[in-house]
Amino acid sequence: MTAEARLGQVANYVDERTGAAAWMKKNLQKVFPDHWSFLLGEVALYSFIILLLSGTFLTFWFDPSQREVIYEGSYAPLEGIKMSAAYASTLHISFEVRGGLLMRQIHHWAALIFMAAIVAHLMRVFFTGAFRKPREGNWIIGVGLLTLGIVEGFLGYSLPDDLLSGTGIRIAEAIIQAIPVVGSYLAYFAFGGAFPGEAFIPRIYTVHVLLLPGAFLALITAHLMLVWYQKHTQYPGPGRTEKNVVGYPLMPVYMAKAGGFFFIVFGVIAFLSAVASINPIWLYGPYTPGQISAGSQPDWYMGWLDGLVRMAPPLESHYFGYTVSWNILIPGLIVPGILFTGMALYPFIESWITGDKREHHLLDRPRNAPNRTALGAMSITFMIVALINGGNDLIATHFDLSINQIMWGTRFGIFILPPIAFVVTKRLCLSLQRADRELVLHGRETGRLLRLPHGEFVEVHEPISPEKAYLLTSHEQAPALELPEVDGRGVKRAGAIRNKIRSRMSVAHSEAIPKVSADDLKEIEH
Amino acid sequence: MSNEIEAIKDPGLPAHVHRKADHDPVAAKRAERQVAILFGISALGTLLLIFSYSFIPDDVFIFIPVMGEQNAHQLGLGLGMAISLFFIGMGAIHWAKTLMPDQEVIAHRHEFRSPDSDRKEFVQAVKDGAGAAGLGRRSLIKRSLGAALGLSALSPILLLRDLGPLPGNELEKTTWKAGTHLVTDPGNRRIKASDLEVGAVAQVLPEIEDPEHRHLSDIAKDAVLLIRLRPDEFNLDADRLAMTHEGIIAFSKICSHMGCAVALYEQQTKHLLCPCHQSTFDVTRAAKVIFGPAARPLPQLDITVDGEGYLVARNPFSEPVGPSFWERDSR
Ligand code: HEM
Ligand code: FES
Repeated sequence: MTAEARLGQVANYVDERTGAAAWMKKNLQKVFPDHWSFLLGEVALYSFIILLLSGTFLTFWFDPSQREVIYEGSYAPLEGIKMSAAYASTLHISFEVRGGLLMRQIHHWAALIFMAAIVAHLMRVFFTGAFRKPREGNWIIGVGLLTLGIVEGFLGYSLPDDLLSGTGIRIAEAIIQAIPVVGSYLAYFAFGGAFPGEAFIPRIYTVHVLLLPGAFLALITAHLMLVWYQKHTQYPGPGRTEKNVVGYPLMPVYMAKAGGFFFIVFGVIAFLSAVASINPIWLYGPYTPGQISAGSQPDWYMGWLDGLVRMAPPLESHYFGYTVSWNILIPGLIVPGILFTGMALYPFIESWITGDKREHHLLDRPRNAPNRTALGAMSITFMIVALINGGNDLIATHFDLSINQIMWGTRFGIFILPPIAFVVTKRLCLSLQRADRELVLHGRETGRLLRLPHGEFVEVHEPISPEKAYLLTSHEQAPALELPEVDGRGVKRAGAIRNKIRSRMSVAHSEAIPKVSADDLKEIEH
Repeated sequence: MSNEIEAIKDPGLPAHVHRKADHDPVAAKRAERQVAILFGISALGTLLLIFSYSFIPDDVFIFIPVMGEQNAHQLGLGLGMAISLFFIGMGAIHWAKTLMPDQEVIAHRHEFRSPDSDRKEFVQAVKDGAGAAGLGRRSLIKRSLGAALGLSALSPILLLRDLGPLPGNELEKTTWKAGTHLVTDPGNRRIKASDLEVGAVAQVLPEIEDPEHRHLSDIAKDAVLLIRLRPDEFNLDADRLAMTHEGIIAFSKICSHMGCAVALYEQQTKHLLCPCHQSTFDVTRAAKVIFGPAARPLPQLDITVDGEGYLVARNPFSEPVGPSFWERDSR
């Protein structure tokens, strides 16, 4: 019997027991648009699966306990040293379990790539406007996954109980402790008493291997079901409309590509783990609160937070014998809280500004939404400045600067550079739009020169293809909202200030270089 | 909107271009062979992994250009695994790209919004349901339900109460008392002023009965840094100067910012630097913050010597050490 016939039998078997034929038929022919940027979310998904597999492997040997033991393993420099069972078991995984070090490195590299893929995926969704109706819910799930990812990564980093990770926990404790009114209570509850105690690592272990992975699975499932049900967005172009999806069917092309891509991601992570050492905890030694290693660094996805904490001014207030540590609260809780809330709400903010409540399935080219693209560039700039300050000690030694210079540079930079990035990006988008307009009107420069009868040289322009012309002009250019400040009877409307803000933002949002219409082209021909 | 001016027309999907393997059996056969070779390379990777696992001891090092000395066992395992996985992926994708249909297909998309009649009935059903329950009218029920739900949310919070003891004023206390000896860490030996040369730094802890079982939670508050300067190098008021002994000044080693160990001492500038967020403290001016996010100086420990010349604390710390917290009365 051929492979086809055998698979056919399986399909029959399944249908006779579930009656799923109609549903399966439709879904196996489900169409997926193809574009490299649609792979970013897949990288995140596959890294998560790799985290589940490698993490489970680690749990077989990892001992999440802060019980004190004396090291007797094969790593000679630490022999006879007192340490927690967690640290000793991580040394055991690294030195005695064959493949254990590889798995630790795979787990850590997969975590870094998981976070990088989520961030890149989120940027793709943002800059192309894929978060617009009806996909606001999936955007919020995505922001949730990003936030949980940061927490999960931090907890994982804290598990081995080496000097670096213990220092990270100390800082987390200080943030909890700084919360007004209940801070010291929360810290005592989290740590089962005074820091560091013996309760914290067993507790975060449960969160790291059970609670959050469960939450990830639930959120990822919901995320993918929504993508499935709402169908994927697609980039604009000839033949692609709001009413169709152009791409490859799930079976076999998409399955083969996606399945193959999983192995490629896994292979690349395994390769990185084979050749690039990461978190060599045996070099740091066990955690003790009286010591520290110079150049303490969190993973990159925490670096921006560390950078914000580093640049905060030394501000602390005292009210009636109580203390409020602004130097911790502002960079550690308030600013991240505002950033992430703003990010989660952005789809609703944008639709409020534009008044656009329609469904969108065709993506925007980033240049055609200059305001949004500029806002994205501004946020990225903010994060990069913060991240740079998070590595100020490393940068200082590498580039021969002083930490003071970098600190002061970023303290000003965090306020000055993001607005500059906004303005520059917006101008850039508009000039790209202008270039598109030129291209449609006058065609492509060929580099060939032509000598006119009176001696002047002109460059020959070649008209672009109708496909290209359509791509460059198919986007919509909505005018700004008209929000009169007074109603029909000349009475000032309620919420006048809100309306004013809204109409200002709407004007900024609709700024554009007029795209070429068919009439413009006709005019040129004459 | 764009409906007033006529937009450029959609020319439709570009025509499909066939690949060589679509009509040339030789090319198709070649593609098939390429896919098989990729899967074959993957199998070799698995063999490398098995070989490294079973036969390369974990203390063999080999030299690899650019990377330097590498542990052969680890490298063999990692590369074997990488090759074995990566080439399965390459094979599958090459298969999809060369031999599976590459004609794009078009599916239709429908607006998610249901027809108006359905929506009307749906909304009506919700309203009817709410009306039948009397949600609008029976405000007593609504309010008491709200209150009950709110109260019931307290129970999980209450049940979490035993996660830890109440802090009381523990955050404000350390082991240091008047007369506690300073002992070296590590080593646990009492020290004399003469053990410390001018310019030197030492970490000390309070002497306790059972130093073998010193709790990390105690070290997290008790760690103290001794620094010896020439007495004329200080720039202190009389009270603070009296807390030093022969040029030896003692500070809490726990950063007043977020509690890292303030471990870097710069002899030239006499600055203490915390590596976590670079708060910098001036030793000559009672650890005044001169840079970074810390808002308070490091608490100073009042020290002197006992009859035999060993360093002791004359007083406990006069303020809580470590990061701030709400109840801390910092004045
Ligand atoms: C999004 C998901 C996850 C992220 C971002 C993540 C991240 C991390 C990180 C950065 C470490 C430190 C690794 C090191 O350098 O030693 C770690 C350790 C660990 N993780 Fe995860 N992890 C995730 C999921 C999981 C899952 C699902 C499990 C188990 C079912 C798991 C089990 C462990 C264990 C046992 C350790 C400690 C062992 C060691 O550090 O060697 N992790 N995790
Ligand atoms: S903990 Fe010392 S500067 Fe932040």
